[in-house]
Formats: sequence, C-alpha cells, structure tokens
Amino acid sequence: MAKDEVVLLDAYVSMFGMRVRLALAEKGVEYEYREEDLANKSPLLLQMNPVHKKIPVLIHNGKPVCESLVIVQYIDEVWKDKSPLLPSEPYQRAQARFWADYIDKKIYDAGRKLWTTKGEELESSKKAFIEIMKVLEGELGDKSYFGGENFGFVDVALIPFYSWFDAYETCANFSVEEHCPKLIAWAKRCMERETVSKSLADPKKIYDFVLLMKKKFGIE
Amino acid sequence: MAEELKLFRTWSSPYSLRVVHALKIKGLEYETILEDLQNKSAAVLEYNPTYKKVPVLVHNGKPICESLLILEYIDETWKQRPLLPQDPYQKAMARFWAKFGDDKVLPSIWTVFISQGKEQEEAIAPAAGNLKFLEEQLKGKKFFGGETIGYLDLAFGWMANLISILEEIVDLKLVDPEIFPLLSTWMNTFSDDPVIKECWPPRDKMVEKFKAMREPYLQRTA
Repeated sequence: MAKDEVVLLDAYVSMFGMRVRLALAEKGVEYEYREEDLANKSPLLLQMNPVHKKIPVLIHNGKPVCESLVIVQYIDEVWKDKSPLLPSEPYQRAQARFWADYIDKKIYDAGRKLWTTKGEELESSKKAFIEIMKVLEGELGDKSYFGGENFGFVDVALIPFYSWFDAYETCANFSVEEHCPKLIAWAKRCMERETVSKSLADPKKIYDFVLLMKKKFGIE
Repeated sequence: MAEELKLFRTWSSPYSLRVVHALKIKGLEYETILEDLQNKSAAVLEYNPTYKKVPVLVHNGKPICESLLILEYIDETWKQRPLLPQDPYQKAMARFWAKFGDDKVLPSIWTVFISQGKEQEEAIAPAAGNLKFLEEQLKGKKFFGGETIGYLDLAFGWMANLISILEEIVDLKLVDPEIFPLLSTWMNTFSDDPVIKECWPPRDKMVEKFKAMREPYLQRTA
C-alpha cells in the first residue's frame, strides 16, 4: 500500500495546532511540519483553507482537513488501530465532544482578554477565566484524565492551553493553581506523557510571543 | 428494553428542529416537552447546567446537549438510515461545513436581518460570500448529503425554514435564486420533503416572532 503523505500547516504557539501535533504523536503518524508566518500566509495555506485562511490544516494525501477538533476526530478515525482518543460508546462520545466544544467556545477568547485588557476589564476577565477553569475542574472530578483512566479527546482539546498559562498568569497577575489545584495536577500528569511534552510549545517562547503582540498592538 | 426518549425544545428554534427532523428520519418515538425560554423548567436546568439551553435530548435518563452533537449521538445509537457519511474524510467535511454554518453563515445572515441602512448594505457582501461557499458545495448534488437528506442538510435546515421569513420582514432578497440557483433549489427540495414538511412550525407565528425579535434593533436608529 502506498505510504500516507501527511502535511501539517501550523504555527508553533497555536494551541489549536498543538492539538493536532498531539493527536498525530499519539497515533505515531509521521508527517511533515510546516511553520506558517501568520502575517504572511503561504499560497498553500490560502489554497487549502480558502474559507478561514487559518491554521492548523492537515493535508492527508493532498486533501485538506481544517478546524482542529474536526482534524483530531479525523485522525482518530483514520488511524483507529492505535491509542483511541474518543471512547467507543455513543453516550461517552457525546460527552467527550460536548466538553471539547465547551473548551473551544470559552477558553480562547477568555484567555486572550487576560493579555489584551487592563484595569476593571482585566479584573472581570480574570474572574470569567477562573470560572471556566472551575467548571472544567468540576467535570474532571477525581479522574486521572477527562475520559477516565485513559488520556483522550478532551485532554487533547484542553492541555495545549496549559502551555499558555504562564503567559496568562504573568500578564494578569494571578495563579490558576491557587483556584484549581486539581486541574493543574491533571496538567502536570499530562505533561509526563512524552507525546504531550514534545507537542506543546515552550511556555517561555509563548510569553515572548505575547510580549511581541502586546507591543505590536500597543497594549500596555 | 423500552427506550425512553425525551426532547426538551421550543416550538420555533432552528436548533431544536434539527433534532426533530433527525428523530423523524430515524423513525423514533419520543416525548416532546415544550419550553418557555423566559421560564425554563427545573428539568432543563438540571439536564443542561452548563448552558441552560434547549434542545436537550434525554435518552433513558441521560442528557445530550448541543444540537449538532445530538445529531451525531442519534446517528451512532440508531444505525438505520445513516445521517453522516461513513468515510472519515467525508465525515470531516460534513462536520467542517456544519460548524461553518453555525459560526459564520447564520451570524452573517442575522446581521443583515437586524441592521439597517448603510450598516445593512455593508453586511450583505460577507453574508453573500458565505453563501457562495455553500452554493459550491451543492454542485452535482441534490442534497448536501448526496441523494438523500443527511446531517449537513439538517444542519442547514434553518435556512430552508427561516430565510424566506426573514426576507419577507426586511423586504430584501437574502438568497437570490439568480445568484444562488443550487441553494435556492435545495431550500425548496428540502422543505418539500414529506418528513421535513410535517415538522415545520407555523409560518405566521414565525413571522410574528421574528418581527418582534427585530424590533429592539429598529429602535437604535442612527
């Protein structure tokens, strides 16, 4: 059988890109990584994602898949013989998709406000962010991972944001661990997995990126 | 074992309609509980504590929320008359376009509906741009799902129901058959399907409701 050709168009600091890197690592898939300059998007990216013009884009044997959670599910279904990410039972699958969707709806915008706002707006943004973390910590409960005993879809959806926590916490002057110790314990447990530690970006580089963005957009 | 299926929904919500249609296509019996959004039942608040919204499908006491996720759950639990494609790539495409519909198409159409004057004029191009992508997806197909109604048709079903109502209220062509012939044809074919037609909410009530929804925006005239 012909070898699979897998290309990932991505940006190092993107938590959405990290989800895809992580899913590919979990499945042991070899692929070509291409870093995009988001200020100067490649013709390939514009061709492969004409609708959103965004990364990540997975190109499998020439065919593009866009939107990180769509991509992760695709990866799970194509390379189904190793490390299943979604549970096999329909109700548990629905729950996993629900929480991944919640993460998608809530965290990015809430997190962004932590380094783009100040004063009163920042204070309310912090409260909102901590609320979201508490909801997730509640859902995690006493389980090792969101899916239970095994690392899975919701863990993949959420753990990349952990690499952004240092930046969030420094800019907004707070500690997630202070409010959600179990969630941080979960994050550290995930980081012990080699697939996770090698797929996530370096928090220091993310913080440097955030400082660059703040300067570029004139944010205090 | 007797299946217990309950659907908490409103009479008019396009999101609820998706689930109604899916259950109909699968030939499933269920109990409907109509909700008043100004006065939500304790059950909805218990079954959907995260968002406190409808629709919520409750299967043997266990709740599933978010209409597109409910569709996937229904499809995976009852295998007759499949809604999603089997092929992983086709499935990924269906999920991608459904998300595009909810994240981009619906909000852009809504913006045209609630704005006026120059603001409305400026809102038309982005909405039309989004619709163009959908028009392209229909090339060579009767339905988004192919020969029969599928997940993506149900995801876009709100268009077949709502577009003509919104057009009547704002007196503006949102989906011009000359510009979007495939989409216009699809809207009619979808609406005319016996399974779909049976579950349409009453049009006059819908016009009344959406006129009322537009009112507060009309008050804010420059």
